[in-house]
Amino acid sequence: MRRRLPPEGDRPVTPRSGGPPAETTALIRTSKLVKVYRADGVTVEAIRGVDIELGIGEFVAIMGPSGSGKSTLLHVLGGLEPATSGEIWLRGRRVDGLSTAAWAILRRQHIGFVFQFFNLLSNMTVADNVELPALLAGATPRQARRRREELLTELGISDKADAAPARLSGGEQQRVALARALANEPSVLLADEPTGNLDSSNTRDVLRLLRRAHAGGQAILIVTHDARVASLADRVINLFDGMVADDAKIVPVPRTMNGVADVLELRG
Amino acid sequence: MRQPLLALLAKEPAHGYELKLALEQTFGQAYPSPNIGQIYVTLKRLEQDGLVRSEDVEQTTRPNKRVYELTPAGREALRAWVTEPSDGPRVRDEFFIKLILAPMAGLADRMELMNSQRRHYLGIMRNLTELQAEADPADAPARLLIEGAILHLQADLDWLERCQEELV
Repeated sequence: MRRRLPPEGDRPVTPRSGGPPAETTALIRTSKLVKVYRADGVTVEAIRGVDIELGIGEFVAIMGPSGSGKSTLLHVLGGLEPATSGEIWLRGRRVDGLSTAAWAILRRQHIGFVFQFFNLLSNMTVADNVELPALLAGATPRQARRRREELLTELGISDKADAAPARLSGGEQQRVALARALANEPSVLLADEPTGNLDSSNTRDVLRLLRRAHAGGQAILIVTHDARVASLADRVINLFDGMVADDAKIVPVPRTMNGVADVLELRG
Repeated sequence: MRQPLLALLAKEPAHGYELKLALEQTFGQAYPSPNIGQIYVTLKRLEQDGLVRSEDVEQTTRPNKRVYELTPAGREALRAWVTEPSDGPRVRDEFFIKLILAPMAGLADRMELMNSQRRHYLGIMRNLTELQAEADPADAPARLLIEGAILHLQADLDWLERCQEELV
């Protein structure tokens, strides 16, 4: 997918005094990020001091057991929930203290979200679902329509443009959700278990689209249990108990080695 | 290796190299390519056991080739193999035993063991997803074999996660 250069005047800003220096290579960076939920006198520390980084154009997967804080982390990074403490830097700008309204604008411009259950607007057509973010961000109807046509064609669902989301299969709905997330050419695509509700053939389609978006330079941060999805990433972060337990590049096992044959030990 | 060769020979007589090609073509790239030497050794043993017989076929421009065919005893053995239930899936016991025993002996840290094993699995998964993307959609056996390997590997990763939840 085509990537747009950051517009002039949208360069990383100088950090506030006292903050760490902005790094031009990091798209997202967190420092000592903490998220605590308090309800009815019960305190749950979902995120306990997380330092992670996502480079420009990088694809990172976050894995970890249920309750390890993966989804919370993604939601906090996307401003859907406020951080309790610590820092979030997006494109060299500190964003953890932004208001709800400021986050909404930031998301519109820089963040695409994909969820496990698609979250499409059921009373709008597929086309309107995909065009809406661009219109909200100030695109003209013509620009929004062109971008929508381009994306739906690329994702192989251009014939569904006028359909209601509910008429589509799960896999098609997730493709629409992907198109919507990519409509504003976001700096980063945040995805929470995007294949969690799909069968294996629809999962393969989503894998293909993610692979293609990444090859086109799209930065992706994805929370997943699905090792097929994670295996596409440049790097996998393992979250455990609200902390980073592992953070490593994926190194394919040479095909000449026994790796694949090891799993496929057919007997008979 | 014995039964797949018998099964292929039940279809039609063949020589060793043809059997190797037939296995590769049927199961695709993900199938660990059978060693031709191993195929010849297996055929020789099957012949000693009376399950196949062979004869030399003269070739004009090349050395003779030895063509194998199934005997009635071979057909019977094959039938028995097809009808008996196959073993269940094997469990990755080597890693598990390492995971349990090595920390007891102070040889390793459990979290580190799990992290390096997870990285290894994901590296293999990368290969499998690439194979899957390259696989011919019309070639069901090859596609399903890759999918089977992916599902097993996913189960290994899920199991690793359960170990992480309970042991760390």
